[in-house]
Amino acid sequence: MNGAASSLLQIEVSEQDTGSRIRLAGSLSVQTLSRLDAALRALPTRPTRLDLSAVTRLDTAGAWAIVMLQKRMTDAGSLAEIDGANRQQLDLLKTVAAALPEIPPKQVTRPGLSERLATVGRAVAGGVTFLMELTGYLGIFLSRLGRAVLHPREFRLTALVHHCQEVGLRAVPIVSLMAFLIGVVLAFQGSAQLRQFGAEVFVVDLIAISILRELGILLTSIIVAGRTASAFTAAIGSMKMREEIDAMRTLGIDPAMALFVPRILALLLMLPILGLIANVMGLLGGAIMSWIELGISPAMFRTRLIEGTGISHVIVGMVKAPVFAVIIGVVGCHAGMKVGNNAESLGRMTSNAVVTAIFAVIVADALFSIFFAQMEI
Amino acid sequence: MDNEPIISLRGIRNQFGAQVVHDNLDLDVWRGEVLGVVGGSGTGKSVLLRTIVGLLRPRAGSVFLFGQDALAATEEERAMIDRRTGVMFQDGALFSSLTVRENIEVPMRAIDGLTPDLRRALADLKISMSGLAWSAGDKYPSELSGGMRKRAGLARALALDPEIVFLDEPTAGLDPIGASAFDALIKALSRQLGLTVFLVTHDLDTLHATCDRIAVLAEKRVLVSGTMQDMLNVDHPWVHEYFHGPRARAAMAAKDRND
Repeated sequence: MNGAASSLLQIEVSEQDTGSRIRLAGSLSVQTLSRLDAALRALPTRPTRLDLSAVTRLDTAGAWAIVMLQKRMTDAGSLAEIDGANRQQLDLLKTVAAALPEIPPKQVTRPGLSERLATVGRAVAGGVTFLMELTGYLGIFLSRLGRAVLHPREFRLTALVHHCQEVGLRAVPIVSLMAFLIGVVLAFQGSAQLRQFGAEVFVVDLIAISILRELGILLTSIIVAGRTASAFTAAIGSMKMREEIDAMRTLGIDPAMALFVPRILALLLMLPILGLIANVMGLLGGAIMSWIELGISPAMFRTRLIEGTGISHVIVGMVKAPVFAVIIGVVGCHAGMKVGNNAESLGRMTSNAVVTAIFAVIVADALFSIFFAQMEI
Repeated sequence: MDNEPIISLRGIRNQFGAQVVHDNLDLDVWRGEVLGVVGGSGTGKSVLLRTIVGLLRPRAGSVFLFGQDALAATEEERAMIDRRTGVMFQDGALFSSLTVRENIEVPMRAIDGLTPDLRRALADLKISMSGLAWSAGDKYPSELSGGMRKRAGLARALALDPEIVFLDEPTAGLDPIGASAFDALIKALSRQLGLTVFLVTHDLDTLHATCDRIAVLAEKRVLVSGTMQDMLNVDHPWVHEYFHGPRARAAMAAKDRND
């Protein structure tokens, strides 16, 4: 096609005393533009006549090349005239000449020190604003929760049950499997190390303390953050995108009451339960692996567990669950409300919500560790 | 106008499950004309457009584009046909990850020998011709209003100066001033470029202002086609209601004032 296209265009240039004469024949189109433009750019600056009488097809690309030639010639103090064009072609040339964009030269400014500092400042201010907004959403959630206690009629029990099922029940298989495997891995790795000191039996303490205190609830929260924060953002965000949230407001429905409270409350109720399931499954996995690998019988595992591990570890672990739940819920709902009116922002905010929720959960866990260490619990 | 139609549909049958949208539909479009396709909701105007541009394969019948059987065409022949046609979708269907200028450059990348500078200059020209401010070229589709997205969609459809351009509801959702400007733009482009325009519309003003011929879809086929004058004399209840209703009269009065 392109080989054929270039043969479609013939350019004859003849230099005369009075000026250049160019005879164009064939198709002046986007297909032949690169040849035509190169040929016209190579012309010397002197009075030029373009003969279009043998042109069979002229499209905007061809017209653009001719108009640009005329513009160059005029700017250089010369003239390019057109012969033999029909009315349609002249019309097109006129339209293209009129539409020729006047692009002002771009001002390229190198960012100075103050602008760089301003960028850093904006980033910090943006971070602070983000934290303040999250705090604001936490406040909205708490105030609406209080309102729901005072006015139980406004509370949507059906929505709460539905979200409990989505957030809690449907997450049980993945959380159980994850915790079971973590227990297996801990037992396996722990036994390999502890065997060197002949202290195999302490593998029970290792498994119990690490799972009950840290890993059970932390890993459950991370999985829930991935599953649920994104689901919250996607659901609320798509409602925001289709102006459903605005419609709710005009109908006198409070979006925070209708959307945030059931979701965050469902997380608040379900995350401790999921954490407990993860603890049990983690211990189960650890016990089975200890039995296979080290020959610690389930009865021995049980005795050692009860003797060696205080109930305080379970409490330390479980205390974190409601905090993580609120973090995940608030981050998910906030990101959903930040979605603009296009699908692209929905995708961006959904992935933002997951990253932020996981990060925030880990930061909170670190703060808890420091706190408990200071309190010597 | 040539004697041979540039688009020719014969015996088209489109069906979704048990629902038959088109049955034994024939339609001819002549080179250089602006054809407006009208019809009630659900009569398959957009389905017809999708059939012609090759997004939907009809159950039966044949589609001839440029005298070539488009349904029997090989992949390369089909690509050649696609290069000679342009489609503007209802909301522009711009690629959201590209700026307006990059969107318009997309079809140009298929042309050998076009340097990035030439592509850029041509894209700027198309942006300006479609009535957008030159600065719109650096914007992303999400930053544009609905009317601007339509114009950008038209600019992309016209990027390769196609011989046929398909427009799906070009003026839907535009304000009256923007819609009139769009009508004038389509008319001017079709005259200057010898463009054949196939446009699906509900807008009676567009029909009056731009269309040389009108085809009415009803009863699963093209019920009638002809000029606006022909339409006014058709004795079919829906067609009569459509072209003689209060809105039609207002559009006609506006047309008479402009003439």
